[in-house]
Amino acid sequence: MQYQIIENTQIAPDVFLLDLVGETSMIKAPGQFCQIAIPGFFLRRPISICDWDADGMTLIYKAVGRGTDALARMEAGDTLDILNGLGNGYDLSECGKKPLVIGGGVGIPPLYHLTKALTDQGVIPTVILGFNKKDEIFFLDEFSFLGVPVILTTADGSAGKKGFVTDALPEDFDYAFACGPLPMLRAVAQRCPRGQLSFEERMACGFGACMGCTHETKSGPKRICKDGPVLKTEEVIW
Amino acid sequence: MNTEVNLCGLTLSNPVIPASGCFGYGREFADFYDINILGSFSFKGTTLQPRFGNETPRIAETPSGMLNAVGLQNPGVRHVIAHELPEMKACFHKPVIANVSGFSLEEYAETCALLDAQEQVGLLEVNISCPNVHGGGMAFGTDPKSAAEVTKAVKRVTKKPVFIKLSPNVTDIVSIARACAEAGADGLSLINTLLGMRVDLKTRKPILANRMGGLSGPAVLPVALRMVYQVYEAVSIPIMGMGGVACARDVIEMMLCGASAVQVGAANLVNPFACKEMIEQLPGEMERLGISSLKEIIGGAHL
Repeated sequence: MQYQIIENTQIAPDVFLLDLVGETSMIKAPGQFCQIAIPGFFLRRPISICDWDADGMTLIYKAVGRGTDALARMEAGDTLDILNGLGNGYDLSECGKKPLVIGGGVGIPPLYHLTKALTDQGVIPTVILGFNKKDEIFFLDEFSFLGVPVILTTADGSAGKKGFVTDALPEDFDYAFACGPLPMLRAVAQRCPRGQLSFEERMACGFGACMGCTHETKSGPKRICKDGPVLKTEEVIW
Repeated sequence: MNTEVNLCGLTLSNPVIPASGCFGYGREFADFYDINILGSFSFKGTTLQPRFGNETPRIAETPSGMLNAVGLQNPGVRHVIAHELPEMKACFHKPVIANVSGFSLEEYAETCALLDAQEQVGLLEVNISCPNVHGGGMAFGTDPKSAAEVTKAVKRVTKKPVFIKLSPNVTDIVSIARACAEAGADGLSLINTLLGMRVDLKTRKPILANRMGGLSGPAVLPVALRMVYQVYEAVSIPIMGMGGVACARDVIEMMLCGASAVQVGAANLVNPFACKEMIEQLPGEMERLGISSLKEIIGGAHL
């Protein structure tokens, strides 16, 4: 499926916001991802979907290697070949009574539409966003505009509360949606045993064919691309 | 335009066959298109016991290709027969290729015998060339004597045509091909992936948890063409050619080198419609090249 770039701009060091116009009917849940073909590279790059509507979608990605560097150099008007609506996404039918939405760094983007969807069904989560330092912060205002309480943490204390996201948990919560680096997910699981965690893995196809991204879980082997990227906290083996 | 080919008595509507490990059990692709347009497909490599496979990362990119070190993840042959084959029936109605791996002659024989008894299975493809498992797989495929032993052990317990899938990670693939043919193989599949590796410059460690993995994708096409060409001259049994095939023109090139049918691996993983597009492009390419029947060009590159 072809998508046209409307905007591809840097919003933090090495972090880019990519606005695309194209078919989005295959996107079923927040936390799903897409696979972008980048000209000159063999494998597609899996990127989580930050937000979407009937006309297009917004992605936020970090330039971490040659492929994503090349993506960062693409411009408005360019087209991209994308496999869309991949993975399971977050299951909103289960969210407890007082859920947290916890994101670290470039794990934050898919939580934006998740937070929107939760508020749409009348659930107001507490959002906790963690960054390393002040100048790496992005999307803080966007979350605040959704009308949910937002707690900011930075590892070096240069903005918000000093420390990690798990140093800033409110007193009362019974469920946690999270996306971010593995140590963060582990810490979240230790503090909140009920929830849904989104995992990252190197993958080839992105639609369940190659078995390149399988993790062992308490409910058997799961392909992060197809049976994930979101796993129930209680099924994760740490 | 006639795209029909034959493999040991099995008539295929076209020579395009998704390769084992790149097509699962077909379900994921059936969501993208009607997979009954395929000549056949080779399902995920099956072993006697269930296998989780290697730790992740299992995938790394390369120039014009990729490395994988999945390590034969599969639920085991009994689960495949009880669950995967019946589910496959719902989306694929033609005879399928059962790809088998093992860690001993007895394991190969037992797994093949169980699959040989399945009506859906049209032929068996015995993998003696997986580079990603230890103590089995490729060890059988790098020595003519053990390659022949596996072939005999499997032929003894099966009625269906047996193709042996060869490793390119050898000095002389022709001697292995000959050994398999003399031991009674009905056909040969080649090539499996080429052993390679990549290092993460930030961590300064191999990207793959298994350190090494199998290289596939367009990067390996010329190696595969060369090996199919060499083996075609040495044996008289049919060859399924594979390695880096990405378009209809590659299919034709592989057949000119000597392949009776052509498998497509990594291309499926970057474009789920790869095989469909190849099948649709074939008649047009044949017309441009003055080919009326694909069967007639097999081995055409030989002098």
